Amino acid sequence: MMSVTLRSHGLRLAMAAAISLCLGAAHAEETTTNVMIDNFTFQPAELTVKVGTTVTWKNRDDIPHTVVSAGKFRSKTLDTDDSFTFTFTAAGDYKYFCSLHPHMTGMIKVE
Amino acid sequence: MSGFDHDHDNERPGVSRRRVLECMTWAGTGVLWTISGGVPRSLGLVGSAQAAESAGMTFLQISDSHVGFDKPANPNALGTLEEAIAKINAMPAKPSFMIHTGDISHLSKAAEFDNADRIISQAKLDVHYVPGEHDFLDEENKFYKERYGRGAKGAGWYSFDADGVHFIGLVNVVNLKAGGLGNLGSEQLEWLEDDLKGKSKSTPIVVFAHIPLWTVYPEWGWGTEDGARALDYLKGFGSVTVLNGHIHQVMQKVEGNVTFHTARSTAFPQPAPGTAPSPGPMKVADDKLRGLLGVASINFKRGTQNLAIIDTPLQG
Repeated sequence: MMSVTLRSHGLRLAMAAAISLCLGAAHAEETTTNVMIDNFTFQPAELTVKVGTTVTWKNRDDIPHTVVSAGKFRSKTLDTDDSFTFTFTAAGDYKYFCSLHPHMTGMIKVE
Repeated sequence: MSGFDHDHDNERPGVSRRRVLECMTWAGTGVLWTISGGVPRSLGLVGSAQAAESAGMTFLQISDSHVGFDKPANPNALGTLEEAIAKINAMPAKPSFMIHTGDISHLSKAAEFDNADRIISQAKLDVHYVPGEHDFLDEENKFYKERYGRGAKGAGWYSFDADGVHFIGLVNVVNLKAGGLGNLGSEQLEWLEDDLKGKSKSTPIVVFAHIPLWTVYPEWGWGTEDGARALDYLKGFGSVTVLNGHIHQVMQKVEGNVTFHTARSTAFPQPAPGTAPSPGPMKVADDKLRGLLGVASINFKRGTQNLAIIDTPLQG
């Protein structure tokens, strides 16, 4: 029973890998990356990504936060474990902060 | 505060009482103030011995109810608010009114405001609110403004007079700038300057706002960017008392004729500045939380630079 489960799991993994390889070839620029909100800080505070990258912020604090880049993007209020996603389609430096706790700042450098 | 330990998750029952008091100087009730000879003076926390000796006009300050908060630091913030109101109702002398220095709700949900109102109204006191940042999370801050902001200016600032004292409620939780602190903004500051115009310098002034108007700890955003401008307008007044919340702990400072005071939360404690990785909710064991409600009383003696904070357990 155990070995069957493992095998089918392994098969699925192999298939997933193959699919993602195909997709990877088709859309070489598309990647995703994460910024964690922990202890009232964005981690990493500064992140460099390629154009087309989707960044997901996840709030792991017991206190709500927001992710705001003036004129660029603005999340709704993120309660514990809520996420916000933004895809960067243009190069540039995107400074952002938490509008509730403005001492929390971060930057995404898009190249 | 050396040896201040915030890793309470595994706190053992053997922890000393002194240590608990060091760790937990929060009360969860309200601060009782009295106007004696035209000068506000803190009588300590509701339920403490000092509070029974009230004379003249008294008012209460409660803060940071965070109704809707259900995380480990206090899974029942509504319950502790209810306990605070019960303490207020049990007071021998009824205060004239109450001020709430913001963060009524945790996520600005209608149900959170409804629940807060349901409990706070049981005190049967007029309540003068100012918003915290947690009260302004819905679109256009509609819920707060509809409930508490009627008749107020701008984002919710106003003033009123009671017993010869001029009370000013300010809003410092909107239009916050990246990297900055709390913010009053020029429109509000102009209003404040105008509001104070023509007031006799002997008029005692009480200013209340959510985030401390003085710089408590900028690393955690505990201060107000343009607070100094507000305080400039208050120069020359014989007695100025500034009441804030936001930092979920008592902190006091006297500077000339200005006395600064921050109130505890009715929901959960936060660490002393710099003693934890972040200002987030401080978790203690459940039995410690309940036993510590109302443990700390503050005796604010005017005319001395020393403000006495006395830990007085309400139970046991």
